[in-house]
Amino acid sequence: MSEITTQKRMKTIPHTSPRPKSSIGSKVGFGLLYLILGIIAIFQIYPLVWLFFFSLKTNQEVFGLSPFALPKDPQWSNYVKVWTQGNISLYFFNSVWITVVAVLLTVILASFVTFAITRMYWKLSKLVLGLFMVGIMIPLHSTLIPLFSFFNNLHLIDNPISIIISYTAFNLPLTIMILLGFYQTLPREIEEAAVMDGCSIHRIFFQITLPMTTPVMATIIIINMIYNWNEFVFVNTFISSDKWKTLTVGVNNFVGQYLTDWGAIGATLMISIIPILIAFIALSNRIVEGLAAGSVKG
Amino acid sequence: MKTVMSNKFAICLYVLPALLLILVLIYIPIVLTGYYGLMDWDGIGAMKFIGLDNYVQLIKDKMFWTSTYHSVLLAVFSAISLIFYLIISVILASRIKGANLLRKIYLIPMLLSSVAIAQLWLKIFDPTNGMLNKLLELFGVENTPIWLADPNLVLVAIFVPIIWQYAGFYIIIYYAALKNVPEEVIEAAKIDGATPWQIAYRIKLPLISGVIKVTIVLAIVGSLKYFDLIYVMTGGGPNGSSEVIASYMYKEAFKTYNFGYGSAIGFALLILCLVMTWIIQKLTASREDIQY
Repeated sequence: MSEITTQKRMKTIPHTSPRPKSSIGSKVGFGLLYLILGIIAIFQIYPLVWLFFFSLKTNQEVFGLSPFALPKDPQWSNYVKVWTQGNISLYFFNSVWITVVAVLLTVILASFVTFAITRMYWKLSKLVLGLFMVGIMIPLHSTLIPLFSFFNNLHLIDNPISIIISYTAFNLPLTIMILLGFYQTLPREIEEAAVMDGCSIHRIFFQITLPMTTPVMATIIIINMIYNWNEFVFVNTFISSDKWKTLTVGVNNFVGQYLTDWGAIGATLMISIIPILIAFIALSNRIVEGLAAGSVKG
Repeated sequence: MKTVMSNKFAICLYVLPALLLILVLIYIPIVLTGYYGLMDWDGIGAMKFIGLDNYVQLIKDKMFWTSTYHSVLLAVFSAISLIFYLIISVILASRIKGANLLRKIYLIPMLLSSVAIAQLWLKIFDPTNGMLNKLLELFGVENTPIWLADPNLVLVAIFVPIIWQYAGFYIIIYYAALKNVPEEVIEAAKIDGATPWQIAYRIKLPLISGVIKVTIVLAIVGSLKYFDLIYVMTGGGPNGSSEVIASYMYKEAFKTYNFGYGSAIGFALLILCLVMTWIIQKLTASREDIQY
């Protein structure tokens, strides 16, 4: 989209439009705008810097000195302590594998559905698409009690299957919405040629269509990863034993026990957000695109 | 092409697994919520049909209306704060150097879990050792507020991390939409002598009205569903002064094992969300989405 507009602009607008003259007034104005934007940036980032600092402090430092002071003697032992003494490493591992399984399941099922809706011919396709789209608006809290009783009857309470399939179901609508926009722009000629050559429908999907969607695949994988990694309500409701808890619930319980040890609390919170921060630094463009696409194209 | 692509067996194979998941885990449960609302049930024992008693009780329940009022208040705050996000986005999208980096910085809190955000802000609001009160003390404020323990301040205090979390999300949405406005429209307006304010208000905003509509729905329906942050930060307290619909439902069902009544609250939440979505769609539908 933006590429097209850039091309148009280059063709239609030769550089004749008068540039605004830079006066002292407009410079001050611009300075003020940067100041406002900068203050907002500090508001957004400083709480995290403060968190990082107090994760490396002793209680004496946190309570006695200025909150803006750097840690005098960084207490990396806070990290070692929470990683080895509590169950944080177990929760971390659970978060990783549950997130990965749910993301894979969501991405493959959503791709199947989007392929069927955009490429195949069937009567109920509009209705099914509607069901997925309305799903975005439904508050998950309204489903919580029936889901709890459903999983309870199937003996899936305190079993990771319950949260994995719940994550998948609730992330399918948004994932399909993002995929739809991409599938609709994909050229169909290659698929049509493959049909002429007698290629089976499954080979078309797996060997032609799916590989063409790798750019959007990266976007939906990272968005789903963030949502699953951060999910709280389902784990809090369906999981009761420590061996299946994920980081969000684990961290919450753990921090409750360490009410007064600020360094340990800070270190625990840092451990839970570091993977997200790393993913963000590596893939920020994909994340921005995915979040924006999810709502704008609706 | 058509014969291959209308293979019934393949269609079922591709659609049914996902369709079954959302039917079983989303659609059947929302119907069941309404149905369980007709029951007296502790979640484990047998259900007893009691007709509309739970719903009648709901209408008379002060706590339900208080929590609904808090949810609606948060929704209104969230909708109003969209104006502020929109202004920032207009500034960012207008020839600001480093706009791309800035919007990414703004987005970072959105990526964190609500639990981590809630725990972090619990520490920031800590009356004696938190960053906020220490900062106020530096400015010479005496009798610093107790924030989350003060019934009059708690909702305002909770709204700060909500802004912190979602500001970046709305800003990137608006920014993307504003960058999609074709440059030639704006250049034409400039040649006609439009001021930057006129360009923003008369040209850019109407052109992204569709996106603004979506964000209003997201902000309002999203606020009605707030749960994680409030559950972790205050648990609805002190004394119900930050209780919202979802936290009240959770308490009734999973703390006091009043599953029937909890289901009735959950059903009310569902209806509220759907009605609000419908109302916003109706209110904004009269203005045709402007094409460019």
